[in-house]
Amino acid sequence: MTDIERLVISTTSPDPRAAVLLADAHALGLGAVVSIAVADVICIDGVVSEALRDVIVSPLLQVSGNVGQSGDLIVETALRPGVTDGFASEIMRAAAELGTPVRSVRTGKRYSVAGSLQPADVDRLVSRLLSNPVIEQCVVGGDVPFGASSDAVAQPTVDTVAIRGLAADQLAALNVERGLALDPAEFAVIQAHFADLGRDPTDAELETLGQTWSEHCAHKTFRAKITTEDGTVLQPLLAQLRDTTERIAHPMVVSAFVGNAGIVDFGSGLTYALKAETHNHPSAVEPFGGANTGVGGVIRDVMGADHKPIAVTDILCFGPTDLNPDQLPDGVLHPRRIASGVISGVADYGNKIGLPNVAGAVLYDPGYTANPLVFAGCIGTAPSGRAALRGPFPGDRVVVLGGRTGRDGIRGATFSSRTMDATTGEVEGASVQIGDPIIEKLLIDMLDDCQGLFSAITDCGAGGLSSAVGEMAERTGADVDMAVAPLKYPGLAPWEVWLSEAQERMVLAVPPESIAMMQGLATSHGVEMTDLGHFTGDGRLLVRYGALTVVDLDVSFLHDGRPRRELNAVMPQPDRTSDSSRHSDDPAATLLALLAHPNIASKADVIRRYDHEIRGATVVKPLLGVELDAHADGVVLAEPGDTAGIAVGIGVNPWYGALDPEWMARAVVDEAVRNVVAVGADPSHIALLDNFSWGDPRRPSTLGELAACVAGCCEASISFDAPFVSGKDSLNNEYLTADGSRRSVPPTLVITAVAPVPDADRCVTPDLKEVGNVVVLVGPPAFAFGGSHFDMVCASGGLSNVGPIPAPDPTAPARYAGLHLAMRAGLIRSCHDVSEGGLAVALAEMVIGGGLGIRANVGEAAALTGTLFAEGNGRLVCEMTPDALGDLEQFLGEPVAVLGSVTGEAVLAIDGVRPITLGELREAFGVQS
Amino acid sequence: MSRPPALVVRAPGTNRDSDIAYALRLAGADPSVVLIGDLTDRPELLDDARLAVFAGGFSYADAIGAGRLIALDIRLALIDQLNAFVAAGRPVIGICNGFQALVAAGLLPGAGRQAALAPNATGRFECSWVTLETPPSKSIWTHGLDEWIECPIAHGEGRFTCDDATLAELRANGQIALTYHGRNPNGSVGDIAGVCDETGLVLGLMPHPENHVIARQHPQYSRGHSGCSGLAMIEAGVRHAKGL
Repeated sequence: MTDIERLVISTTSPDPRAAVLLADAHALGLGAVVSIAVADVICIDGVVSEALRDVIVSPLLQVSGNVGQSGDLIVETALRPGVTDGFASEIMRAAAELGTPVRSVRTGKRYSVAGSLQPADVDRLVSRLLSNPVIEQCVVGGDVPFGASSDAVAQPTVDTVAIRGLAADQLAALNVERGLALDPAEFAVIQAHFADLGRDPTDAELETLGQTWSEHCAHKTFRAKITTEDGTVLQPLLAQLRDTTERIAHPMVVSAFVGNAGIVDFGSGLTYALKAETHNHPSAVEPFGGANTGVGGVIRDVMGADHKPIAVTDILCFGPTDLNPDQLPDGVLHPRRIASGVISGVADYGNKIGLPNVAGAVLYDPGYTANPLVFAGCIGTAPSGRAALRGPFPGDRVVVLGGRTGRDGIRGATFSSRTMDATTGEVEGASVQIGDPIIEKLLIDMLDDCQGLFSAITDCGAGGLSSAVGEMAERTGADVDMAVAPLKYPGLAPWEVWLSEAQERMVLAVPPESIAMMQGLATSHGVEMTDLGHFTGDGRLLVRYGALTVVDLDVSFLHDGRPRRELNAVMPQPDRTSDSSRHSDDPAATLLALLAHPNIASKADVIRRYDHEIRGATVVKPLLGVELDAHADGVVLAEPGDTAGIAVGIGVNPWYGALDPEWMARAVVDEAVRNVVAVGADPSHIALLDNFSWGDPRRPSTLGELAACVAGCCEASISFDAPFVSGKDSLNNEYLTADGSRRSVPPTLVITAVAPVPDADRCVTPDLKEVGNVVVLVGPPAFAFGGSHFDMVCASGGLSNVGPIPAPDPTAPARYAGLHLAMRAGLIRSCHDVSEGGLAVALAEMVIGGGLGIRANVGEAAALTGTLFAEGNGRLVCEMTPDALGDLEQFLGEPVAVLGSVTGEAVLAIDGVRPITLGELREAFGVQS
Repeated sequence: MSRPPALVVRAPGTNRDSDIAYALRLAGADPSVVLIGDLTDRPELLDDARLAVFAGGFSYADAIGAGRLIALDIRLALIDQLNAFVAAGRPVIGICNGFQALVAAGLLPGAGRQAALAPNATGRFECSWVTLETPPSKSIWTHGLDEWIECPIAHGEGRFTCDDATLAELRANGQIALTYHGRNPNGSVGDIAGVCDETGLVLGLMPHPENHVIARQHPQYSRGHSGCSGLAMIEAGVRHAKGL
């Protein structure tokens, strides 16, 4: 190698990254660190012209040269070869544009750490903060060597894996060795299939079966035969959800539980594609990349449903960010780092692709320390009445649009289907990718212009081409050649090309006559297009690499050959009867503690990291109120110029789930529905998405909890006449500790509700509006403290609390219908759902949002703790003019409880509770006074 | 000219082109969106336009620094045409990433040497609402505005930075067109949110007036808020273009 030029670039004014790094180091318990200076390192193989240098180094803001002082500890990191390096590729493009091309570029970071650190401190600093071995190479005390690739360029070969004649234990060993995550019964079927064929499978065939039959792709638990402890055989969980939707038979449902996303038509001239996904395992080992590609993936799901994405959502579950670092399990990243990386990853993708991130939640619980959860959702639109795609048809070309293929994310689907342990981060490095939102943005724009040119489309997600082409070819078969796939770098084995989960790719079935036009559009949009082969009609999945046969499988075996999983469940026996009363000696202090709890406190810092304004359609925004730092219940989207819009709401409560998964489902569906009703959505047209994140379903008690939760979902769906249209399960969210014990996430169900808002000019928000108005509780009294946030701040230990969780409220649907009519009539000035923390928290949040006060009498003193802090379903607080009270009760068909009135004095004054000033409330909530 | 043609320039990664196009339509212009590659191939596309916009987003992923790569495109292939465009009295606006690009390309003061847009002082991307004052300036874009503007910001590199001499010159020449009122979200020197060139025709600003062009886009619309629309600014530019 010659002409390697190393540029070390630092900022002329203090680099904001340095302060963030120092705070993170101190949070890791590394108080000895005095400062961490940071610089960007760019290694260029080629001659760096002055013009190029001028582009790379901003004359005013940056200088070329080392940072820090002599005597500092130097740590350098660089992205591993093969990890997407957008910085490097843009430098190469700029060099070419300037007429001075360079051969290759590699980028990294140089840290200069001051402070007297012990070797153990250095290890902790490097492994927990400065570098992530999954994607980065790291050198302590020197420079990262510049080298394009350390991976030997292999000749394309196809290996055969001898499985015929292996004993069960040998198959089990092979299963682990190749990371296939197959059940023993499944591997036996595969063995028998190839025995019948009289040959052994190729490496790619085995991997294809592993991916296609993985929990991630096949949802085998949700399709399994489940037998409970008393011998009852349950209908498969997925069938229960589907049947419920069919039973409701809501006319708005265009498509449910098929394809990449659910599709609904609210009658506004648009159809909406709805999808929410999980990206948990990747986010645990590489938080930024995992969350980043999670967002990218769910956006592609919506594109794969032939809809144009308009917004994204995210729900994040982390361990406590103040966790003592000594208590971290081996190989687990600190929750603070996971949270920071995940939030940056979500922000990076959404902000760059130009989609508003409009709704979400951030939850903290020790149960998520080793297994953080990242739920990403996407909503897209298409004109109503667009013909459904019926292909692929035999003869259609297999076309890939988008990014090039690298060794990214090999075996992601099987990775997601396994338990994690201390070695997961290192072993599964290749399972994680970094996204490139700009390429995906080009795809969105191009597909917008491609209508009518393709007969089928799907995204290339988990399992890569093997899943995408394999699924599309289910009814036809396909013949494709991996040798023509454009690669990021040479040296990939054929099976790697077939399995790679390189991001930002869509697979389309394109009739031959449309290929030329498609290619023209791809060129003008700057999108790479590759014709891999064609859909056949012979029912065989044939994958070639030039003259080599890589895969030759019968598609019916691939898709229907998997034996149905048979599982046993022990159903939970939740406590629904014991006395659940509690007492607080100082309700004011309890309320302030609740507002300060991380689950309830302001999320403004996170929300502001996300662009929620782009597209100009966010009418009810995630942050609102006088100071623009109060939370909305749901978010409303309406295109500028349109009268109608949609509302999006989220429900999630793992603390209920730990105690009573069935009633948890009832409660979180109610919460999601309540959140959209609260902002003005029509409760007669609510579409639901389910996302289950659970532990290992092969443990009967865990499966029982899951089954109970699904039952609760179905009951709630019927109760609200709100069909599920799409869903996703992520199981095996467990961590195997060094002592052999397993840690599972708490049972976590995320419900997303989407419903039409007839008039987006008349939405309702939770911030108090006007002095003299009355404040009323709509809905029944609450009594439950099981899983309550009261117990988290008043009792010790998050999930150690006991007692019934809120019972389902069968009267809620009628109440929400009446409330919606009252909103249409203009009676409701503000409305806030009552959820975690109970009535007191709801009132406090309305005060915070409105900058006004409330004087209230909520009931008898003896029952004050229950009235203020117990949690229940079906409840909202509304503000209205006093003369509207009678009309509201008419609309509701039930009386409301008048709590008090809005005052100009900025104090929350509840009889029997020390008056709390707005300043105190805001300080506890974590927003500036 | 009833509806002056407006050219909205986008690069791969630009993402607020449709938002400004919508605002331009509301303001009475006839916008069309053009890819920077098509424009560098055919700079004559500028001839028909009476107004040009460099829209917000992350051109080329902002891989080397915000706006620097699209600025390179401009410097290598468009600078003469754009200078002629301005010399013909036609207004140009760079919003957010477009501002960063126009500064780096030298169409706005500093040319990246005496002035530039640096990472926010917080070190983070921020999306929030700001209030903008329009101090007396040469800018035709803020001329005749009778109220302040409220609109969102959404950027990670919006800290206007310049040397003391440049700041004094900008002040003396009336080139500071927009300043943050109240909270300064990114640590810009002099609370500067937007600057114009010496002609007053070219404006660069970090905030997004194009995302507050109808009343219900304001976060306090449900509290009865009205006015302070960003549309007024876009209309001022279109009005100027109409007069050409």
